[in-house]
Amino acid sequence: MTKTTLTIDGQLIQADDSMTILEVCRKNNIPIPTLCYHPVLEPYGACRLCTVEVKQKGRNWSSLQTSCTHPAWDGLDVQTNSPEVREARKMVMGLMLSRTPNVPVIQELAAEYGVTEPPFHVEDPNEKCILCGLCVRVCNDMVQAHVLNFSGRGADRKVGPPFMEKTRQCLGCGACTIVCPTGAIDIVLEEAGVYAAKPLGPTSAIYVPSLQAVPRVPVIDTDSCIRFRQYDRSLGQITDACGACQQLCEAHAIDFTQKDEIVELNVGAIVVATGFQMWDSSKLSQYSYGKSPNIITGLEFERLSNAGGPTLGQILLADGRKPETVAIIHCVGSRDKNPNAHEYCSRICCMYSLKHAHLVRDKTHAQVYEFYMDMRAFGKGYEEFYERVQEEGVVMVRGRGAEVQVLPSGKLRVTGEDANLGKLVAVDVDMVVLSSAIEAPADASKVSALFGLSRTADGWFAESHPKLKPVETNTDGVFLAGCAQGPKDVPDTVGHAGAAAAAVLGLLNRGEVTISPATAEVNRTRCVGCGDCLLVCPYTAIARVDGKAQINAALCKGCGTCVATCPSGAIEAWHFTDEQIIAQIEGVLEWA
Amino acid sequence: MGVEFKPKIVAFMCNWCTYAGADSAGVARLESPANILPIRVMCSGRISPEMVLRAFRSGADGVLVMGCHIGDCHYSSGNHRTAKRMPLLQNLIGYVGINPERIELQWVSASEGPRFVEVTKAFTNKIRQLGPLAQEVLE
Repeated sequence: MTKTTLTIDGQLIQADDSMTILEVCRKNNIPIPTLCYHPVLEPYGACRLCTVEVKQKGRNWSSLQTSCTHPAWDGLDVQTNSPEVREARKMVMGLMLSRTPNVPVIQELAAEYGVTEPPFHVEDPNEKCILCGLCVRVCNDMVQAHVLNFSGRGADRKVGPPFMEKTRQCLGCGACTIVCPTGAIDIVLEEAGVYAAKPLGPTSAIYVPSLQAVPRVPVIDTDSCIRFRQYDRSLGQITDACGACQQLCEAHAIDFTQKDEIVELNVGAIVVATGFQMWDSSKLSQYSYGKSPNIITGLEFERLSNAGGPTLGQILLADGRKPETVAIIHCVGSRDKNPNAHEYCSRICCMYSLKHAHLVRDKTHAQVYEFYMDMRAFGKGYEEFYERVQEEGVVMVRGRGAEVQVLPSGKLRVTGEDANLGKLVAVDVDMVVLSSAIEAPADASKVSALFGLSRTADGWFAESHPKLKPVETNTDGVFLAGCAQGPKDVPDTVGHAGAAAAAVLGLLNRGEVTISPATAEVNRTRCVGCGDCLLVCPYTAIARVDGKAQINAALCKGCGTCVATCPSGAIEAWHFTDEQIIAQIEGVLEWA
Repeated sequence: MGVEFKPKIVAFMCNWCTYAGADSAGVARLESPANILPIRVMCSGRISPEMVLRAFRSGADGVLVMGCHIGDCHYSSGNHRTAKRMPLLQNLIGYVGINPERIELQWVSASEGPRFVEVTKAFTNKIRQLGPLAQEVLE
């Protein structure tokens, strides 16, 4: 790479000889029109639109060259907008407009060079392809799917898959449609494929998880990313497909080799904040969840009304219409003795349902029906919000929504009892929002086994004491925060987590730990050194020293298993000695 | 006789699961039999066979040993020892003329208040049917 100096439109410009004239011009904001150029693809010189006038050093004659393929040699004198250049481009656009007379991009570019009518014979007025080869290059060089290529010669030249037939080689990645300058390629998805798992529509393969993500960096969805899909499809043969993001990222921040890491840390305390998962609303078939795209859960509604969501915050039905009537059903899966549901109150649904009702009224002015059992507006300012939502004209139906039916017209019929009227009611609505329960994550048992936590009957992790130790657990140094301990709304979670953090800091700042005095101790005179206790100790707190057992009091948790095991009665568990326990047994039996 | 037999039942409970389970039964205002005489130990693994025999010698009609469910032990494996010891002890007391059914091993977790009541009621009824231990030994 050597530095070069060239003159472009009379302006002296520094460059290096690995660049092309087009790249130098783009870098220096000198406009050159192109149709077949893409920064991540090899230049091809197909469209000829980037033609410039080039005079080499030491020559007194110039020639017309495509700037995308011509290296930026030292001493070049380049004219990008001379009469010759304009004349050449006018011819190029004339030919192109005659091939594709009805493509807006071509019409506009041609008009720029004074061509408004096709100057030559028009073969096919519906032709859109200008044979620039961008799609061919992206499919072969980037995606490495090798689906698209040129076939035919001269006037018969065209682009397509082999024999113009459907091929399984195509990933459906859509790279060709994105690079195509004239919109000549359409993708028709015959199967939902990777998008099936994303009911609210596809996203790009690289995206920022949410607008409020911390740290605010994009992630790559390896299920959709071309590089990872090609690696999987080719069983590891194709390792460098696409990589467009990597080439374009100026910060060089993209690293495809990043993997999940297991990091081992030595810590003094652990806060378990594993949260909740949404209860599967299809477990109660009467709500018809999954049978219509317009029956959604509260969390899906939240995504729908999010300004960063698929509809940019508009509340729309699956067919793109605005809903005119919406029903919100409370307590779906909560406060329900059905074995598929939960008996507990999920605590957050009443308030988020009211918020959803407010959002629907605010954004769509749709009629909203809320089917509720009791309104649990328990927090500060909550009751006032409930009042406000009522004043906004939301129809409150006191009674559990019993059933949702999908009518042949696509409308949804919600039936339920209005306990205030003492009557069965039914409304036909466009959209149903199920305020579904939250439940302990499916793998909570793994977490509880890992940290020695117990769980309450409803599946949440058990705190040490329901009133006095709400963040502590029965395992020293392990604390609970948020919904891991039970359903909580945001303020409660913040409060609970703050308490957990304070408890952790208290523990860590002390610099020393208080252990229970209930530990075991070996009477070395009695010990015969059989070693049975070493085998049963779950904490490896016992060691054989000079042929006899010795207990490390800092490691001993005082379970007493060794005491019960010792054949010679040489171990004593303080506060639970044999004598004490036997005295208790005799005592209770004497007085019973 | 005329006097109703009130069995005396010593119940060994581990500190972390069953004792807390009994507590939660109490908090929930569930009624459990008054025949149950609780002895708290840190872990069911602490209960040596000697203690169970002591309970019988001191006049218990039945002994209920309760701990955490397998896999839930606060000390990770204490209840595994209990699960091995108690069946062995049941075998042995058969030889000395005590009905092995008078010893029962049950797992009750901290959240299982209703189960605690269920287990204690069932065991009390069983012992009531078996009659006093003293009578059985005499026979």
